[in-house]
Amino acid sequence: MALIRDLAIQATQMTLVLALAPLLTGFIRKLKARLVRRQGPPLLQPYRDLMRLMKKEVVLADNASWLFRVAPYLIFAATWVAAALVPTFATGLLFSWSADLIAIIALLGSARFFLALAAMDVGTSFGGIGSSREMMIATLAEPAMIMIVFSLALLAGSTQLSSVATYMLSPHVGLRVTLGMALVALIMVAIAENSRIPIDNPATHLELTMVHEAMVLEYSGRHLAVIELAASLKLLLYVSLIACLFLPWGLAPAGSGGLALAIGLASYLGKLALAGGLLALFETAIAKMRVFRAPEFLGAALMLGFLGTLLLFVSRGGLR
Amino acid sequence: MIPTSVELLLECCAALLGLSAFAVPFARRAWATPLVYSACLVVALAAGGLALRHLLMAAPAPDSVVLPLGLPWVGARFRLDALAAVFLVVVNLGAAVASLYALGYGRHEPEPQRVLPFYPVFLAGMNLVVLADDAFSFLVVWEVMSLSSWALVMARHRDADNARAGYVYLLMASFGAICLLLAFGLLAGQEGGYAFDAIRSHPPSPIAAGFVLALAILGAGSKAGLVPLHVWLPLAHPAAPSHVSALMSGVMTKVAIYAFIRIVFDLAGAPAPWWSLVILAMGGATATMGILYALLQNDLKRFLAYSTVENVGIIFIALGLGMAFKAQHMALAAALAVTAALFHVINHSLFKSLLFFGAGAVQGAMGERDMERFGGLIGRMPQTALAFLIGCVAISALPPLNGFVSEWLVFQAILLSPKLDASALKIMIPAVGALLALAAALTAAAFVRAFGITFLGRPRSVAAAEASETDRWSRAAMFACCGLCLAAGVLPGFVIDAIVPAVQSLVGGRMTPQAAQPWLSIVPIAEARSSYNGLLVLGFVAASASLAAFVIHRFGSHAFRRAPAWDCGFPDPSPATQYTAGSFAQPIRRVFGPFVFGVREEVDMPAPGDTRAASIRVVVHDRIWETLYAPIAGGIDYVAGRLNHLQFLTIRRYLSLVFLALVGLLLVLAIWL
Amino acid sequence: MSGLDFDFAHLLAGSLVLISFMMLYQDRLTALINVFALQALVLAMSVAWQAYIQAAPHLYVTAVIALVFKALVIPGALHRIIKRLGVHREIETVVGVGPTMLAGIGLVALAMVVMLRVTAAADQLAREDMAFALSVLLLGLLMMVTRRNAVSLIIGFMSLENGLVLAATGAKGMPLVVEISVAFSVLIAFIVVGVFLFRIRERFDTVDVSALDRFREAQK
Repeated sequence: MALIRDLAIQATQMTLVLALAPLLTGFIRKLKARLVRRQGPPLLQPYRDLMRLMKKEVVLADNASWLFRVAPYLIFAATWVAAALVPTFATGLLFSWSADLIAIIALLGSARFFLALAAMDVGTSFGGIGSSREMMIATLAEPAMIMIVFSLALLAGSTQLSSVATYMLSPHVGLRVTLGMALVALIMVAIAENSRIPIDNPATHLELTMVHEAMVLEYSGRHLAVIELAASLKLLLYVSLIACLFLPWGLAPAGSGGLALAIGLASYLGKLALAGGLLALFETAIAKMRVFRAPEFLGAALMLGFLGTLLLFVSRGGLR
Repeated sequence: MIPTSVELLLECCAALLGLSAFAVPFARRAWATPLVYSACLVVALAAGGLALRHLLMAAPAPDSVVLPLGLPWVGARFRLDALAAVFLVVVNLGAAVASLYALGYGRHEPEPQRVLPFYPVFLAGMNLVVLADDAFSFLVVWEVMSLSSWALVMARHRDADNARAGYVYLLMASFGAICLLLAFGLLAGQEGGYAFDAIRSHPPSPIAAGFVLALAILGAGSKAGLVPLHVWLPLAHPAAPSHVSALMSGVMTKVAIYAFIRIVFDLAGAPAPWWSLVILAMGGATATMGILYALLQNDLKRFLAYSTVENVGIIFIALGLGMAFKAQHMALAAALAVTAALFHVINHSLFKSLLFFGAGAVQGAMGERDMERFGGLIGRMPQTALAFLIGCVAISALPPLNGFVSEWLVFQAILLSPKLDASALKIMIPAVGALLALAAALTAAAFVRAFGITFLGRPRSVAAAEASETDRWSRAAMFACCGLCLAAGVLPGFVIDAIVPAVQSLVGGRMTPQAAQPWLSIVPIAEARSSYNGLLVLGFVAASASLAAFVIHRFGSHAFRRAPAWDCGFPDPSPATQYTAGSFAQPIRRVFGPFVFGVREEVDMPAPGDTRAASIRVVVHDRIWETLYAPIAGGIDYVAGRLNHLQFLTIRRYLSLVFLALVGLLLVLAIWL
Repeated sequence: MSGLDFDFAHLLAGSLVLISFMMLYQDRLTALINVFALQALVLAMSVAWQAYIQAAPHLYVTAVIALVFKALVIPGALHRIIKRLGVHREIETVVGVGPTMLAGIGLVALAMVVMLRVTAAADQLAREDMAFALSVLLLGLLMMVTRRNAVSLIIGFMSLENGLVLAATGAKGMPLVVEISVAFSVLIAFIVVGVFLFRIRERFDTVDVSALDRFREAQK
């Protein structure tokens, strides 16, 4: 019986992230528009876009290969699995031990790998530019992310997200410089990984410094829908990750009852709204960088992560 | 009497040597190529099976034999223990798939008489190095391995580049052998106990052990390709025929790593704490430098050779961690680190062989190795492309394939480092972890570049547009490697359990049995700490991808049509407008290049109205070559130039030189005694 | 000492190191001065917190000195100076930002290794403070080495001195006299270099100290 219940919770988590991802994107778009006094698209517009794209036929370039057609599904699947493994409203889910934080990062790495390859498949200059810049950004974002993982894992004595979240709720965490640095670095990495301003602009085509949009330029119809959904999922994933690591309040512990789950769900929605609001505010306030400023931005994130790890060795109480 | 495993293995080696003697007169015959390679395949499978059987026995006891050869008071000793068995499996698995591949690939060899006689000797040499149990026979078979591989590098000696590669290789191999000779001299000590048993029972003094470590790094590290001793590797590996390149990169570097482990972990006694600092620093530098070099290469096989340098760096990082933990008697952590190292040894031999096979197939179809002339091969060679893609995913450490598992284990070992009681190591290990993460991310970029430029896009030359799929033997070898990569990736617990005896013999500890874990996941320390399940991840990804495809095709649309590429409305019909290998690497070169390679870009942009062509020139400095090797080469050149005069003396002067030398030696002897 | 006291001291001292890194990263003079003011502010808070937890009222004086002089007066004066000089806004760095940051990280690691080794027996808080102080000091020195502009040299020097103050307050029982003298010596140094700046300006029409080197070359 308990197994069925656990399975049900795990399935809820999987469908929840899938259902909420376009909503988060729509929410941010709406808020950004309102912040500059525009009406903005309706909140549910991303769902309508997805439905519309799925119903349309796909226009493939003449020389597109099988990789081009398979890649969207692989990208989507890897991102979805990764997003479903991050605790959103409850920790200790049935399959949460099948991949730890490092494996989740690597799953996102797989999605990126296939997206970069698919971009090069048709052989246009835009695809190449997007793919090569995406990989350049990744070469700094991934080590920065690993350093963040190090500082958190050395503190909590675990790379399992559920264990780290439980540790973060315990009283002996305290105020730590390391945690502050890791949080700032994680936000920087999240901005870069999700192609947000100031690294990339998710709202534009036809800008010479675009990265993600340049890679998906040749996609259309259902393939584009799947890739867009994967991008929304990735944004949701990073928001859930930040929420689970740094705002773990309200997360339902393993094996808890209906009330705790309901509280977890409500607090999760609150955290999403908060993060979406902050992101919209930040993006409205700041301008996009030149592409070769991005390495400095991410280098700073890498440095913060590494400094945070170093500072652990002089802090109170040692490590677990 | 039933022969023991080690005797059977020696018989396999003897069979290989006999095969090569047989190949000398008949190599030009058409039937010789398939005969030699199929015989090699059979022998390698038999030897690999024997080693695997030894490894999987409940309590494998070392198995040794002494042959009446070599030094009269030592004999030629050979021994099969768990460590040797692990490496024998790697060697023979690599040899088996390479032989299978060569059944097809070897048919296009223009001069088989330069390959066939040396190939079985090379295989036998690698096997014997792993089996050798005394210093003398170790060095002899080490030289056999080096020289036979040198002969294979020189198979196409008419190409000037290959001749230079062979020359540099020969120099570095001799240098490495001298270092190993001195290392064994130090280990044997005053008593001259050259058998490994004797060395083990008399471990050297701490100072001597430090020198042994340095000499082992120089001797075995130069063979494995540690930066800055790697210079020969990217020259020599691509010069050989592709199946031999796969063996040299995938297997021979592992034999060098075996030599390092055997000397440093087994023979040199307990490690001093500072050893691991050196190994970790060299490993980190090798991993990052190797892959940065690789990103700048346009020659597909040279690119793969530099990537080998990177992977050797990863293995040395794991070994350095193991050494640090061993020095502080943390057996469990040391076992985790050494397991990660050995796992990566196995993984790298699999996917690097696969990638070299793919590169060989492409080279066969194209007639050259310059990536800038490839493009769009996925349409012409779909199966090779699929196999190569799997290799790229595996080497880029992406789940659910095997490369990820070993790197994940290394990261888990790094996360145990705060328990070490040495502040320098504590701070250094996270830094090495950052380098490892950087190398992993750069690897993904490098392999996106290699696969994208070679197989994707539009053909950049006529040959690429007309290429045809490779033969079925080659494809069989590639897909065999793919299957093994996938198996090791989704069922890593079995591999970890198989190498447990070797790990235990090296560090005295072991990881918990993994195959008994629920759902076949791997749990290095405790489940609350970290766990990974490749099988479930693969299952989830496959299920979600098929579910998504099914739902969309069922409820959405499944129509498609072909049209010209969109390209923002301005498609350019010329394939020259695509991104090239050079332009793909440009952003990364710009980020890391000025610091590491002193890269300078000189852009010459004519003023508007000027009809002169614009140009960009990129200057890249190989700083290791310029600062380390060029002065040595210059010095040797100078001395050689001065000594050149000795060629033009009269007979009388030669005689007086000989006479003076004789008198001088006698004088030395008189003073010495 | 309770956990929170310790954590807050740790947070402030760690922020000082972080702000030193921010100064290495800044390539505009006005921003650099602002970041320096921020560092002085954090230093003042850190010293005040030490005064509170050590129950040492004389340290409050040090905190006020840091706040008034370093966070308000000197940055204000520097802003006026660069405005009057009309200095161009980009700082020329001798080496790029990336390698400078790497070197900075290396220095912090070095400071930690040294301090963990040397002060193994000391009190946990003092030990940590010393490690942070040495890092701030080394980073200030690094900034002085990598910058050419005279104004950023001054800032590097004062940030170095911030590290000294942090070390002095972390060690219990440091007399006030030393504090004031250190603070004043910095002020004097500042004035001297400020005057010096105008002299350079008059003679060479630039605040780039490499102009001095060139001048010396020409004299030979």
